[in-house]
Amino acid sequence: MINIVTAVLIATGILVLAFGVIGILRLPDFYTRMHAAGKTDSLGAVLVAVGFALYNAQSLAFLDLLVSVKILFIAVFIFVASPTATHAIMQTAIALGVEPWRKKEEGK
Amino acid sequence: MAKAATFVIMAVVWVILSGMLDPFHLTLGVICCGLVAHFSHGLLFWGGDAKSWLRGFVRWILYIPSLFWEIILANIHVICVVVHPRMLEIIDPQVIRFRTVLKRPISKVTLAQSITLTPGTITVDIRDDEFTVHALDRTVAEGCPGAMEERIRKALEADR
Repeated sequence: MINIVTAVLIATGILVLAFGVIGILRLPDFYTRMHAAGKTDSLGAVLVAVGFALYNAQSLAFLDLLVSVKILFIAVFIFVASPTATHAIMQTAIALGVEPWRKKEEGK
Repeated sequence: MAKAATFVIMAVVWVILSGMLDPFHLTLGVICCGLVAHFSHGLLFWGGDAKSWLRGFVRWILYIPSLFWEIILANIHVICVVVHPRMLEIIDPQVIRFRTVLKRPISKVTLAQSITLTPGTITVDIRDDEFTVHALDRTVAEGCPGAMEERIRKALEADR
């Protein structure tokens, strides 16, 4: 039972990360690519980490539970750090004057 | 009081991270936690009395599930855009600026993180109370900052 749950969690996480990669390849400019990268990597990595933590905790031995808590710590830190990193990269890009891609509008 | 609470939190984290329960490692942990708690308890409990701090902390914890749900929605949105066959027609990137009513630095940071993790928007910059946000299309740009600002104000600034 718990094997199925962990398999679903890890597979979903990897799928989300894969879509993030597709987004980085398909979107037109730096800023829109950061949208795909910044969002999918937090959810994808957290799903994979929670899957690992569950899989590791199923023996219910004390040390294994401690390792699971450590993995959950990693998930929390990714959760906090990923938007911050996205934010920092975007700010640097604006400061360096990277032009955002804009849709061609009528009359321009 | 703040020192004791910091010490307890750090001791729990120490035991989780080390995983060793023999006297040698526990003594090391107690010494380290005591030193750090003595010198930098102000980092964890910034000002205010313990009661209002605890209330704010509980509200912040309750804010997490709604944030997680928003993140799942944001990912579904981004994935839909990314795999859309006519992707270049449905995106319309915008850079928008708005002013926030939030006062505390911690609530501004929380709002910035929340905006970054909601569908189609990323916070670029915060200057004083002006946010700069990059949005993936026009509709999400108009829906910003939305209800989230009010929720954060309730969670983190209600008793101010």
